[in-house]
Parts: sequence; structure tokens; C-alpha cells
Amino acid sequence: MSILVNRDTRLVVQGMTGREGLFHTKQMLAYGTKVVAGVTPGKGGEWVEGVPVFDTVKAAVDSTGANCALSFVPARFAPDAMYEAADAGIKLVVTISENMPVQDMMKVRQYLDQKGVRLVGPNCPGLLTPGEAKVGIIPGHVARPGHVGIVARSGTLTYEVIAALTAHGMGQSTCVGIGGDPVKGLNFIDVLALFNADPRTEKVVMIGEIGGNDEELAAEYIADHMTKPVAAFIAGQTAPPGKRMGHAGAIIEGGTGLAADKIKALRAANVKVAGHPEEIPELLK
Amino acid sequence: MKLHEYQSKLLFAKNGIPIPRGRVAATAREARDIATELGGRVVVKSQVLVGGRGKAGGIKLARSPEEAEDLATKILSMTIKDLPVRKVLVDEAADIKKEIYFAITNDRAARRPVLIASAEGGIEIEEVARTAPGKIIREHIDPLLGLRDYQIRNVALAIELPRDQWRAFETVARGLYATYQTCDASLAEINPLVITGDGRLVALDGKIILDDNALYRHHDLAEMRDLDEESAQETEARKYGLSYVKLEGEIGCMVNGAGLAMGTMDIVQLFGGSPANFLDIGGGAQADKVTAAFRIILSDPKVKAVLVNIFGGITRCDEVARGIIAAMKEQPRSVPMVVRLVGTNETEGRQILAEANLMTATSLADAAKKAVAAARG
Repeated sequence: MSILVNRDTRLVVQGMTGREGLFHTKQMLAYGTKVVAGVTPGKGGEWVEGVPVFDTVKAAVDSTGANCALSFVPARFAPDAMYEAADAGIKLVVTISENMPVQDMMKVRQYLDQKGVRLVGPNCPGLLTPGEAKVGIIPGHVARPGHVGIVARSGTLTYEVIAALTAHGMGQSTCVGIGGDPVKGLNFIDVLALFNADPRTEKVVMIGEIGGNDEELAAEYIADHMTKPVAAFIAGQTAPPGKRMGHAGAIIEGGTGLAADKIKALRAANVKVAGHPEEIPELLK
Repeated sequence: MKLHEYQSKLLFAKNGIPIPRGRVAATAREARDIATELGGRVVVKSQVLVGGRGKAGGIKLARSPEEAEDLATKILSMTIKDLPVRKVLVDEAADIKKEIYFAITNDRAARRPVLIASAEGGIEIEEVARTAPGKIIREHIDPLLGLRDYQIRNVALAIELPRDQWRAFETVARGLYATYQTCDASLAEINPLVITGDGRLVALDGKIILDDNALYRHHDLAEMRDLDEESAQETEARKYGLSYVKLEGEIGCMVNGAGLAMGTMDIVQLFGGSPANFLDIGGGAQADKVTAAFRIILSDPKVKAVLVNIFGGITRCDEVARGIIAAMKEQPRSVPMVVRLVGTNETEGRQILAEANLMTATSLADAAKKAVAAARG
């Protein structure tokens, strides 16, 4: 078991023939992910890396039975890509694309919720179930199959934590990058609930950062519902207020979103909080 | 990106919201001409992108064009919270009967736009939130349905707006929502929205914050950016699509990914150093971006060492390594550099660096310790 993606995932890649799309499709194929289709309007009928390319997601789903969509489409076309995947009947949509306007994302999230579609991202590294499926850009070679679930707002910090766990002989069940945007798909609470119910996941690592109150809400959820131990790292303790730290969602505003408050809330929920990412494996022992 | 009061109010007016008569001036002479044209009493208002202009003496009432000129001379020579005043807005003075707070912003937790209103206008909404939270009315808007008429009535009723103002309030609410939507604002705020002595609703002061990610479809608005709001390095970084925030420390950081960039700053501090900046070179950065990043980091004279921390997913380590080598050739100033490259194409990246004889590290803790030691000399 794992969450969200596994060896039965049949992936359609939107924007597969672009620079990033192609590079990472090759990596996903090499990892063993079942990439069954690509979508690039105007390139339907071509084959790339042994994968058939379609003009529309609907055509891709009809021909290949794809059940998960991954998008590398640039921000200005990304909302359309997500609506298209949802309308084609896909129930899990993963969007890597960054720089999405917030008002676009509010509409997308609302529409996808109404369709019963799960969204991961945008502005995220996607999903990795080690040994089974890589849906996104998490470097597969640093991960090992195992029992630690990871959920993170930051992509590269996720890689750090995976590498540190692997170095300590601790494999991972599924790694979920939920993304750094203020309005996004799955949140900490949603993923924690999935890990809580997943028999393979024994322990969970949560990587948060400044901005918003998702970590505080997660702390409440952990205190009330979580049956598995959770360790955390919160980035941005040295970040000044009022400045956006790269991620659209990483900003301390009106006295809220401080790393110190998040750490305090998590500690109150019995979560062990690391001083730096490489301490995480010790905290899980 | 923040807009000035005069820019915000012009956008409000474009969307049907009544604003005071007035214009912006860059010299005292112009301010006097505008005051003459308006006739009667005017308000001279400094245009800087910070709150508390009134308290700082940046907003004054003038009874004559001559007084407007004198006040404009004084205000135009002021610096408010480190920002120089370059323009003043000269508006007709309003006869204020009542002040209301009215705004639309993104509620990230609710994932919807929210209308916020309060009968306690004229003061900062954070202040109202502290002292009288019950006086703040919130009405969430379905992003797919948009603002509905009944929601405007809900708000009007909740702030106890006199019924004879409801029609005018509806116009303001529609205009505010249109401004929020058409500008891709993350905040469109009227504070105060006043009821005048003769019973009109007027947006006396306004503030708009734009979503930087949406500026690609608003070239006219992007041109309104006031470069005083950010440091020269931040402006330069934005040109290259880099995300940079200047801090006060001595260890320059170049990292890929915002979370890791923050984490790197944190670990530098944890091991006794202090970060000079936040810098995220972004996903899939090419060599030229890396070169620009270096130039920006080293343009800060306080930087005594540079820590490069790359964990490649979408970013390829060999591209970064090539950028580092190119940047080193270009730099007149040489500072110790610690490089950590892990992830996609790391072998190729490390090979390139090995040939250039750079200080490298494998773990994050090790990299941070080495950088802190290097900065101490």
C-alpha cells in the first residue's frame, strides 16, 4: 500500500513535449512509472519516447485509460490544463507549474472540488511512491521503499529529507509535495489523513514553512486524530516579516504565519520539531 | 506589487466608484495649480507605499493654493519610513459625516475572495481587529459565481448603512469587485469610504496590492511599479526571474527552491552565522540565471562568503556548475565559496566543479559549517 500513486497509476503528461516535460517524462519512464500518454495540442499522433501523444486529454483517456494527469504546462495555460483533465474524468491531477495567479487557483480549486477531483499543487514537485511510481520531478534515486510518509510545502526540502532518511536506512511509503502556493489542492490535513489510514505508513514527516496557518491546523488534526508519530521541520525562522520568500504563500503578514508560532503549535501536539532537515531521521528513531 | 493611493483611486474611478476631484503633482508649483483649479480647501497627501502617512505629517489640509504650495514643498522633501516622497496627491477636501472600511481580499484559508466591511472606518483594519473584532463583517464570494447582489445587501445591513445609501453602496461594491477582478488584485481596499454631508458615498483613500504572478496579463499595471519599494538588487533579480530578498548578514546564499533557501538561511544561523540574503534561483535554472544570481549576491559589500546549495529535481546540477564557473570568471571580487550539489545530473556537476578546485560539501550541515568558518576568515 501507499497513498495516491502506485504501480497501477496510468499517467497522462500534459505538456510532455516541452523542455521540462520531456526531460522529466524520460526520468519517470526510467523509474518505471506507467506513462501511458502525453498531451500536446497540435502534436496528436506523434510518438515520443515510445509514448503516444494526443491533442486532448479526453482522447488520451479514451485510448489509454489514463487515471492520473501530470501537468508541466506554463502558468498562463495551466488552469485550462487542470479543467481539461477534470472534465476528461481524471480523479487525480498533479500540477508542477509555478507562478499561478491566485484568482485563477481559487476558481480551479472550486471547480475541481465540485467534480470530486483531487489536486496536488500547483508549484510542487509532485508525488513519489518509491519502487512503484514517480509522478513529478522528485529525484527517484535518493528514495527507497519503506514506511515513512512525507508531506511538504517545499520541493527541494522534500529531497533533502528523503536523502537524509535513506542515508539512515529509513525508506519512504509515499512522498507528497503539496506546493508553495497560498491556494492549492491537497493540504497538510488531507495528506496526514491519508497517511493515517495507510497500513504501510508507520511514521510521518511534515515540512512546513512561514505563511498562512496550515501548520497550525495540521497540529490540531495531529493532536485529535493522528495515531502515528510525526516529526516536522518549519523553514523560515530567519525570514523577515512582510517579504515574500520565493513561494507565493511564504509571507509573514499582519503578525500571522510566523515559524515560531507554527513550531509552538506542533510541539504542543507532541510533534518533534527539527532544528535542521538532516536531524529528522534521529527524531523518528 | 503595491499601487499608490492616486493610482488605486484612478482604477476605482474607472470601475464606477466615486472619488474626490484631484490630481497628482511632482512639484509644489503643480500642487498650487491643481489647488487653484479645484478651488476651496484641498488636502495635500504624500504618495509613498507605507501606512501611517498621516501620523508622519505626510497628509495636510490647505485653505488656499498658496498654503497648498507651501505644504507640498515641505511634504515633497520628506522621507517617510525610509521612503522618499516624490509625489503628492492634491484632492478637494471632503465634508465627512461617516467613515466606513470596505475591501476585497484573498482569504487563503477559505480559498475564496472575501468582502470585508466595518462601520469603524478611517483607522487600520488590524487595529479594529484588535479592539473591536465584532465590528468586522466578512462575506465570502464564490469565485465561480462572483459577487451577488444579495451579498452586498447582507453587508449593507450588517454595517447598519442607512437605506438611502444602499443603491450607491451597491455601485461601490460592484466597482470594488470589478477592480479586484480586472486587476488580479490580492487586496483592493477603500479606507475610508465616506458618507459626505450631502449624502454621497466617496472613496477618500485607496490601496491596491497586485498579484505579481498575474502581471503578465496586465502590462499597463506592471508599468506602475514604484522601484523605491524594493532594493536595487531586488529589481535586478526580478529582471532575471530570480527571487531575492536582502537581509543584514554576511553569508550570501544561492539556493534552488524557496523552502530550501529558507532552510539554508535558518541552518546558517543555527551554526552561528547570519544570512546576507534569500535567493531562490527557481526550478530549471539555466547557467545565465546562475551567473546573474552571483553578480547580485556579490554586489552586497557585506557578503564575506557564499554558500551554494542545490538539490536538483527540475534544476540540473551541471547547468548550475557551468553557471558558477562562468560567474567566477566575470567577478572582480573574490570571496570564499562553498558549493553543495545533489540530485539530477550531480555527477556531471561535481566533475565540472572539481576541475575548478572549489570548496565542496555533501551534507547541508557540513556546507553551513564550512561557510560560517569561511566568512570568519
